[in-house]
Amino acid sequence: MGLLCVLTLTALASNWQKLAEDGLHDPTNPALKLLQDPTESLSVLPPDSTGNKVDWIRALQNGDIKPRSNILEQLEDEILDLDVLIMAAGSAPIVRFPHKAHTEWLDCSNCHEHLFKSKAGATQFTMLDILQGEYCGTCHGAVSFPLTECNRCHSVDPDEANRIQREMATAKAEADDKQ
Amino acid sequence: MNQFLPPRQRAVLTALVLFFVAGDWLGQSTQAEYGDVVINNYSDDAGMRPVVFPHWFHRIRYRCKVCHGDLGFEFKAGGNDINMLKIIDGEYCGACHNGEHAWAVENCDVCHSAKPGTPTQVHESTLQKLIAPVDRP
Ligand code: HEC
Ligand code: HEC
Ligand code: HEC
Repeated sequence: MGLLCVLTLTALASNWQKLAEDGLHDPTNPALKLLQDPTESLSVLPPDSTGNKVDWIRALQNGDIKPRSNILEQLEDEILDLDVLIMAAGSAPIVRFPHKAHTEWLDCSNCHEHLFKSKAGATQFTMLDILQGEYCGTCHGAVSFPLTECNRCHSVDPDEANRIQREMATAKAEADDKQ
Repeated sequence: MNQFLPPRQRAVLTALVLFFVAGDWLGQSTQAEYGDVVINNYSDDAGMRPVVFPHWFHRIRYRCKVCHGDLGFEFKAGGNDINMLKIIDGEYCGACHNGEHAWAVENCDVCHSAKPGTPTQVHESTLQKLIAPVDRP
């Protein structure tokens, strides 16, 4: 049991490199000691298995972090709770794009209209584009979770996709009826 | 097996294989934090260390849209023509690093902190692992 604890602790401790040992920062820089090591602030946030080893969405929702929304203008927070299903060609499971998680961090103008059109299915792109750093790959694989996490995006099985689409069609028909 | 796949899937498959194999093979000599950006458009030439921008530190304090909306940073490492004059003028990093929102620019080495010669790139990024092994031992 004690051994297990030690092992877990070592595993946790090795999640984040010290800046002086990360191979990127110049260890001879006298100002390096003024910079914070990632462990200090990241180890207290909800854990994740990849990227920064932090579940950023949960950290924000729990209020563990309270990042500001603006500096210059009073940019209104505009949260949109809308999932868009993106049908991938071939046998890859369908992709669910959640607007909610994104609009908690981003403004509509960060994606619309230059990365994605505001119409489901209107933007044409492939996994290869994403791997090359375009479309979803503008952020994922660079700062948001890495592209090795296939099933965080390819998260919808075909049966569920059919059900969701039927529900969305019904909801839309009802909304149209009311008008 | 490959001839059973349409060309596009074949391309994706190839890219993925490359990505996993190459990632392991070339090995990363750096273990920088995910999303750390090195900006070295001008620094090396000017005899300064390249700049490290840590995304992890900033996203604890600011949402993505603050810099990538309000302040006009493009989503591209090196894609913003940032120089020291603009920063002192209050653009880009200087919008905050002015002694008001955050510490001002008098301590050069806090930002100019990468090993000399490190190219502009996003560290630990999928793309970097796929195609650009940097500073191999
Ligand atoms: C950031 C989200 C994201 C991640 C992570 C991701 N994908 Fe995709 N993928 C997509 C989207 C969106 C499409 C749909 C493109 C289209 O068809 O419009 C897609 C399409 C595909 C396709 C269909 C063929 C093609 O070229 O479009 C395959 C196969 C695929 N992905 C495999 C993978 C594998 C394997 C992984 C993990 C290594 C992965 N994807 C990770 C978002 C993602
Ligand atoms: C991280 C990028 C991103 C952000 C930020 C974003 N969107 Fe989207 N949006 C998308 C994607 C991807 C699609 C799907 C496009 C496609 O399928 O071609 C989409 C689709 C849409 C659609 C079409 C939905 C449908 O069912 O046809 C609307 C409307 C929309 N977005 C509005 C907004 C608004 C309003 C905001 C800000 C509150 C916003 N989006 C923020 C990426 C984004
Ligand atoms: C402008 C940047 C940006 C773009 C473009 C973008 N994302 Fe994201 N995405 C984020 C951020 C930021 C998060 C928060 C989590 C993180 O940072 O890892 C996130 C989170 C997610 C999540 C996790 C949601 C959850 O509740 O766990 C999914 C799934 C996702 N993105 C899919 C996509 C897909 C699919 C696309 C392309 C259609 C896409 N994203 C494009 C920035 C982006």
